[in-house]
Amino acid sequence: MNETGEKMRAEGLFAWFGKTEALKGITLPLAERRVTAIIGPSGCGKSTFVRCLNRLHEVVPGARVAGRVLLDGVDVYGRGVDPVRVRRRVGMVFQKPNPFPTLSIRGNVLAGLRLSGVRPDDAEARAERALRQAALWDEVKDVLGRSGASLSGGQQQRLCIARSLALEPEVLLMDEPCSALDPIATAKVEELIHELAERLTIVIVTHNMQQAARVSHVTAFFYLGELVEHAATDTLFTKPSDPRTEDYITGRFG
Amino acid sequence: MARQHTDKEYEGELKTLREHVLLMGAKVEDMIASSVRALVERDSDLARRMIDYDHQINRLEVDTDELCLRILARRQPVASDLRFITIALKLVTDLERIGDLGVNICERVLELNQEPPLKPVTNLRNMADAAQGMVREALDAFVAGDAERAQQVIARDAVVDESYHQIFRELLTYMMEDPRNIYRATRLQSIAKYLERIGDHATNLAEMVVFMVKGKDIRHLHSRD
Repeated sequence: MNETGEKMRAEGLFAWFGKTEALKGITLPLAERRVTAIIGPSGCGKSTFVRCLNRLHEVVPGARVAGRVLLDGVDVYGRGVDPVRVRRRVGMVFQKPNPFPTLSIRGNVLAGLRLSGVRPDDAEARAERALRQAALWDEVKDVLGRSGASLSGGQQQRLCIARSLALEPEVLLMDEPCSALDPIATAKVEELIHELAERLTIVIVTHNMQQAARVSHVTAFFYLGELVEHAATDTLFTKPSDPRTEDYITGRFG
Repeated sequence: MARQHTDKEYEGELKTLREHVLLMGAKVEDMIASSVRALVERDSDLARRMIDYDHQINRLEVDTDELCLRILARRQPVASDLRFITIALKLVTDLERIGDLGVNICERVLELNQEPPLKPVTNLRNMADAAQGMVREALDAFVAGDAERAQQVIARDAVVDESYHQIFRELLTYMMEDPRNIYRATRLQSIAKYLERIGDHATNLAEMVVFMVKGKDIRHLHSRD
């Protein structure tokens, strides 16, 4: 792995849902233009963690965050930081493809831009660029006016990725982006992740350990709201240092 | 591997794999001991039986390879499981080679038994004991997941190598004394060489056990950057 700078960094990050502590002091650097995979059993805090990175956690009623999340060295929870601006720079793709059903394919790609009040003159070019980056252009270029819901599940997910990319984010958070997709659609998204990592910093939450092993440079294992271990993916899957990681990835848990 | 897999079938497959390797190891040890007993006791029947016995060892190698591939394809093992399975694949290759060397010993025994004895073969038997001991220790270290014990096996290879050189020098004197000794002396020398090679294979086994336990490759350290 080439040495690259740190794009983001969580420092002593805590998160709560009401009284329940979901994250217990996570410190984790996220290397620039690298794919970091977050693995761990359900309820370990991995989704909460990524939702803290772009200030989505706090929109849940009763949810609270403490600690710091640095983006290019600046705390996104700092005074005067606009969460909307943070979410533009740190985009997110969710588990289930969620295109706006009433919008066309083109409309879906540009929706993020419109929602954040940007009306670029080069909308068409931006839509095309985002669709190309999401490896969807060739499949939809002749049907851009059709409903986003007319696409297959895998295409819908790439449409959602295109929607995020249209905002030209610097970091892309992906929360289980393939768990609703078949193996071929999954392979396309994974291929896309490799390509995007040439320009973007990517954090992917996944239940599928083979997926983490395939797509990521660094893997972090979360358990019960704590970061147990993070290491180069090659190392973590051949010789993890913590016995809890070993038990989890080899299937000896519970 | 103290804790059990959640998936009992997977746990069973790994157990079967371990048993395969150990059974093959036991047969290989038997091969070394019996082939040298055939030498010491000039027992051609035993030598022929052991040549036939090698088929069982070969069969186990094929079965174990198949099992490893099946587990790799179906389970995508990682971490200690992955090291265990890849190491099992390599262990059986060395074990099979040891079996073949046992066959070679038996073939030389059959040739020697056509002739009167040249000399006592006590030192060859001692060498065989040492080589067999290395194989046993390497496999015990494999079962126990004990890297220290495997390290000790590696150190013992020097003793086997030294025995080979001693035997070789001794056989040279026989050959220089009388050219009629050459036929038998070269056969004995071959047997010594086979035993020395068995020591080398046992060293490989031990190195793999160290890797399996520690995840650290200790082979060819001097040839790396």
